[in-house]
Amino acid sequence: MALRRAVASFLPKLAGAAETLPAASHAASSFSQLICTPLDVVERQQQPSGFRSFASDAVEVFKPETGLTPTNRLSMAPTPYIKYDEHNHKRFPPGTEGRPFAYFVQTGGRFLYASAARLAVLKIVMSLSAAADTMALSSLEVDLSGVEEGTTITVKWRGKPVFIRHRTDAEIAQSAEVALSELRDPQKDVDRAINPKYLVVVGICTHLGCVPISGAGNYQGWFCPCHGSHYDISGRIREGPAPYNLEVPEYRFTEGQKVVIG
Amino acid sequence: MRMHNKIQLLSVLNTHLVAYPTPMNLNYSWNGGSLAGMMLASQMLTGILLAMHYVGHVDYAFASVQHLMTDVPSGMILRYAHANGASLFFIVVYLHVLRGMYYGSGAQPREIVWISGVVILLVMIITAFIGYVLPWGQMSFWGATVITSLATAIPVVGKHIMYWLWGGFSVDNPTLNRFYSFHYTLPLILAGLSVFHIAALHQYGSTNPLGVNSQSSLISFGSYFGAKDLVGALFLALVFSILVFFYPDLLGHPDNLIPANPYSTPQHIVPEWYFLWVYAILRSIPNKAMGVLAIGLVFASLFAMPFIGLGGGKFRIITEWLYWTFLADVLLLTWLGGNEITPITSFVGQCCTAYLFFYLLVCQPLVGYLETQFAHGTQTN
Repeated sequence: MALRRAVASFLPKLAGAAETLPAASHAASSFSQLICTPLDVVERQQQPSGFRSFASDAVEVFKPETGLTPTNRLSMAPTPYIKYDEHNHKRFPPGTEGRPFAYFVQTGGRFLYASAARLAVLKIVMSLSAAADTMALSSLEVDLSGVEEGTTITVKWRGKPVFIRHRTDAEIAQSAEVALSELRDPQKDVDRAINPKYLVVVGICTHLGCVPISGAGNYQGWFCPCHGSHYDISGRIREGPAPYNLEVPEYRFTEGQKVVIG
Repeated sequence: MRMHNKIQLLSVLNTHLVAYPTPMNLNYSWNGGSLAGMMLASQMLTGILLAMHYVGHVDYAFASVQHLMTDVPSGMILRYAHANGASLFFIVVYLHVLRGMYYGSGAQPREIVWISGVVILLVMIITAFIGYVLPWGQMSFWGATVITSLATAIPVVGKHIMYWLWGGFSVDNPTLNRFYSFHYTLPLILAGLSVFHIAALHQYGSTNPLGVNSQSSLISFGSYFGAKDLVGALFLALVFSILVFFYPDLLGHPDNLIPANPYSTPQHIVPEWYFLWVYAILRSIPNKAMGVLAIGLVFASLFAMPFIGLGGGKFRIITEWLYWTFLADVLLLTWLGGNEITPITSFVGQCCTAYLFFYLLVCQPLVGYLETQFAHGTQTN
């Protein structure tokens, strides 16, 4: 060890740097080792630059606070402490590395990934919406020729009950006479029925969703037994906790005595 | 301080997926692992979406799949993506296993990686088999009947085990229901096993194509092999898309579009292509119990490979050449599995099965020894 230091001190360039650069002191000691060992040891390849640099020394410069292994730290952070013998390396002249082209290609790719991601999300989200068989049941055709005057039928539409009442002339007149100021949800009867002879309303109480009973209540219409809402013969709320009139669905009359709901 | 140094979870992800030191000379056959992970994710996603529309009852299962194909928005894409995704999952995993066999990835100290991998393969095979039963077509039903009947190979209690598996006296609604439940559960176990598989690998790091110590030439996984995996993934996505959108029924069997009929067996029962090699081994042995044992022996020898083999074929000329004969043997077995049983195919099947076991159980320990002898022999020679 003492001999090595003595030999190292004969090399002025390296000796001066030995204290400041750990790589150089390592190099100094290995170089001195080289000239001190017997000649029949296998010859090591000498690099033109004359010194070697050790990754293990460069690692020590990095503080281990990240908790990564030394190799991880080295592979992540460029360091000036590892020198490579680059005499046979070809480098691009600065500015000719072709970065603009590479960046264009990458950006093009990223646009494609974005569009693929959008497509995937849309397909997945839309696959949850109504299937064709559910959509097919979303319209219902009802034949009204069997409904006698003064009677109400109930049909199932989109999973909900719909009341269709064939109203008498007296009932129609009665509905028209009601003053709007009396109504919680003011609506004229003519606005609630395309053909005043037939009233088509969704049979679900607008309070909390029970099905009202036909031909019951104080207004010759419907009565909801759950919380006591009274609807009149136009399906309008007259008494009780319900806030709105019975909903009028979208419907139209077709040829003959048929109505298509929805 | 950087986010991935502060937050524990991100730090773990960074250590194992970004900064992780990887040998710089890995080639494209190392893409198999990440591609397999991607296929698992794809199967789980399409599977969850399919489960919203599939009905697991014998009277409705087939019809629910048809409803999915015709009525549900993008239902056809979901169904074909899931079915062809299974095929691609197996292609990718087989390439991954073949890479492991060629380069000796399972050799010491990575025995746990290899063994957990074989367990993953087994769970995949069970999951795929069960999944194929769910559409309740002719091939689903009869494939299930044939394979579950293998339980009768067990002496004394075989028949009762089979009834217990079936939940009845034949493949019927109870069988379908339990298969549906397992098909949903096993992939979640598979995901956990995959994490364990990667963790076991990360104990010692990846091996490399040359099979030499690579400690001095490691680079970070994140940017370099992330990019390489991206290229592989894009290629896989291309193949996946061509299959799903242009040739969706290429790898399927037309008989599975016939609703299951317990009274009529199709003429030609074959499993999906990825099981054909096992099917060929099973059929080539005339005795039922011995056939089942043969399949068990195949997987047992796969489990034992790290301990009886001597690693990869790089720089080992006989091993390298022998590997390709093994691959040809497996491909021949796959082809035979899809064929009808004739005297010739039967005989060839038996030869191929014999060679398979010869390679796995005899060549693995023996050839390495022979090569050493040829290389430098002993002093007394």
